[in-house]
Amino acid sequence: MSKVGKRIQARTRPACERVKDFNEVELVINEEEAIREAARDIKYCVAPCMNRGCPVNVEIPTMLKLVSQGKIKEAYESLITRTPVPSITGRVCQQEVQCEGSCVLDRLGEPIAIGAIEKFVGDWALENGIEVAVSSQKKGKSVAVVGSGPAGIVVASELQRAGYDVTVFEAFHEPGGVLTYGIPEFRLPKRIVRREFEKLKNIGVKLELGAVIGTTYTVDELLKNFNAVFLGVGAGRPMFLNAPGENYANIYTANEFLTRVNLMKSYKFPEYDTPLHIGRKVAVIGAGNTAMDAARSALRLGAETYIIYRRGRAEMTGRAVEVHHAEEEGVKFMFYSSPSEFLAADGINVSGIKIMKMKPGEPDRTGRPRPVPTGEIVNFDVDMVITAIGFYPNPLIPGMTPGLKTDDHGRVVVDLEGRTSISGVYAGGDIVTGESTVIEAMGWGRRVAKTINRDLSRT
Amino acid sequence: MIEDFLKMHGKCYYSTTANPCIGGTVLDIAREGTILEKEELTTNIYEMKLYAPKIARAAHAGQFMLLMVDEKGERVPMTMVDWDSTQGWIDIVYQEVGTTTIKLTGHGVGDRLFYVAGPLGKPSRVGKFGRVVVIGGGVGVPAVYPIARTLKLQGNYVVSIIGAKTSNALVYEEKMKEVSDELIVTTDDGSRGLKGFTSDALRGLLLNGQEFNAMWSVGPTLMMKACSDVAAGKIPNSFASLNSLMVCGVGMCGACRVTVKDKILLTCVDGPEFISYDVNWKELAIRLKSYMREETVSLEMLRGADKL
Ligand SMILES: Cc1cc2nc3c(=O)[nH]c(=O)nc-3n(C[C@H](O)[C@H](O)[C@H](O)COP(=O)(O)OP(=O)(O)OC[C@H]3O[C@@H](n4cnc5c(N)ncnc54)[C@H](O)[C@@H]3O)c2cc1C
Repeated sequence: MSKVGKRIQARTRPACERVKDFNEVELVINEEEAIREAARDIKYCVAPCMNRGCPVNVEIPTMLKLVSQGKIKEAYESLITRTPVPSITGRVCQQEVQCEGSCVLDRLGEPIAIGAIEKFVGDWALENGIEVAVSSQKKGKSVAVVGSGPAGIVVASELQRAGYDVTVFEAFHEPGGVLTYGIPEFRLPKRIVRREFEKLKNIGVKLELGAVIGTTYTVDELLKNFNAVFLGVGAGRPMFLNAPGENYANIYTANEFLTRVNLMKSYKFPEYDTPLHIGRKVAVIGAGNTAMDAARSALRLGAETYIIYRRGRAEMTGRAVEVHHAEEEGVKFMFYSSPSEFLAADGINVSGIKIMKMKPGEPDRTGRPRPVPTGEIVNFDVDMVITAIGFYPNPLIPGMTPGLKTDDHGRVVVDLEGRTSISGVYAGGDIVTGESTVIEAMGWGRRVAKTINRDLSRT
Repeated sequence: MIEDFLKMHGKCYYSTTANPCIGGTVLDIAREGTILEKEELTTNIYEMKLYAPKIARAAHAGQFMLLMVDEKGERVPMTMVDWDSTQGWIDIVYQEVGTTTIKLTGHGVGDRLFYVAGPLGKPSRVGKFGRVVVIGGGVGVPAVYPIARTLKLQGNYVVSIIGAKTSNALVYEEKMKEVSDELIVTTDDGSRGLKGFTSDALRGLLLNGQEFNAMWSVGPTLMMKACSDVAAGKIPNSFASLNSLMVCGVGMCGACRVTVKDKILLTCVDGPEFISYDVNWKELAIRLKSYMREETVSLEMLRGADKL
């Protein structure tokens, strides 16, 4: 351990303080700390972090070397050849299983705090107004990007920088996709997302909000007005449990709850107009990133909050640090519990859940033990429920676009390079993979941007 | 006013925020959401003409749009009552009931709404049915108007029943007359037309042996359910346009979910029009009651701010 030094710990606000507000939980490290941490990098490392750990192959060794030399601007310039928004990826990537999980130092001691360094570099660049370079050679061709989530951001950024004329179409009144409406302020401050979009605007990307592709403009119309169309519309349609009573009042999907809280700012109701019912005792069904975000938001709104999950602790998906933070903050966990029915004493508002107790069975397709019912049912009183059991690919565009092929999960079918069944139309991110991660969506964005550039250079 | 916009920007206008010039329509996005006209049709019910070319150019009967009055506003759905795709405007009609609609009334001609989006939802399943009955209640009358108009244009024989609590609350009677072969008016108190509900008038028609191949109803949940019950077994096709609470309006949040034929569907993208016989009305009524308490808080705050 001593030979490779001690890993820097980013300062985290104490749980008792942070549950009272929506401000960021984990503070950004300072320059001196970043330099010291980056200097822990060992020479001649084969960089599994970059080659195996990172879906977009961020040049982590280069970044670490430059940071350790105090060359933060250069480190930023190196980073954005792979992730245009390090201040965002530094905050939301699942580092413990990706870059940091494959870090050589992980086996020798503690992995380098790559995420914390990346976040520092990204924020530093935002604060110091570092602009990104744009090709001075205009291609004279235009690209329509549909959806302004991580996949769309990358395609827009890469192609505009390469000299294309990019317009982003977004249905909502704020850009960012899940970064804006899903991931809460205390994990990813919205001013960061907004500033990243300012930067996109500064390099010439146009943004049209309130444009619902499929109805406002069809994909066909976009094709007639742009040389290429990229679909990055995500996996936003919530799944339902289909349990009796699921539609009583005060039962929300996580997307509705988080959209009200994050996008519509109903945690500031009545200053903001969108109302939000806040229960005294809230049950969140599910245990992924979405469930954690919903539970921690409910907690901050003053509720006693429970996570109800049909599998065990070890099977929880999502970032480990968020589970840890949720527990610190006082979210309670009920494992091997599956809701079988929702109850409403007054016939309107949810008042309780019938929970089937489960136990681990044989491994399923994912290799995790399949939860099997024990037959034991318990009643659990709550006055609000949030379901966070997953999402389907957004069906709006496939439904409105004849000829656009989807598979039986509703995912848009593409070739290895992101071409859909319609010539000139490309897709990437969650709409292609189903619910995934920010960095995977960005990886798709990079791949498809390259394909579009190649295809358009030919014609 | 619209003419001015057109003159200013010629055939194809490229704003700084967006550029598409689709189908040769003027898409002056920088002005989108501007109020062109505003009229109080009767106490508390307003008609508003909005400049929204990109929505108007794609609008169909039965669809809606979303608007936010200001940055802190709610996303509220509004049925598109009328539109002109070449001039680029949309008419909406609303009743002043809550925070958003009160704020909306506080805005005048020339003001610009923070956000508009659309058209949203599936177009109404209008078509050549033969004899049809179209029912509207309250502000559901303007909402059903484009459906009646389209049905009439398609050559159907349109019988319309429109109703309100009292004569003073009745709007769009003249317009409905223009697009109907027969028009029946009802009021709860009998101050105009027949005394009773629209469903009573429908029952009367059916008892008299009148036959219809299709029915549309837009209005309060109770009215649509009552009409649906009366029509069951007698009118083969019955459509109702639901007024679920919405947040996102584009199929992502599930706030507007309804059970239709034992399946959970979303009013915003799978509707708003559903076959009325398949809708779980009881559940819809429950979900509409979700925000009574918060509405009061919000209104109190708005009124408090007015006093300042
Ligand atoms: C609550 C929550 C927390 C998460 N936390 C993490 C995390 O910590 N780390 C992580 O790596 N991943 C996380 N994820 C997953 C991650 O956010 C997604 O995998 C990622 O955002 C997918 O990016 P995307 O660009 O494909 O789509 P999205 O981010 O979903 O963006 C799609 C955009 O397209 C717009 N759109 C959709 N249809 C249309 C249309 N017809 N016309 C115009 N615009 C349209 C939508 O409004 C949206 O803005 C989380 C997801 C959720 C829901």
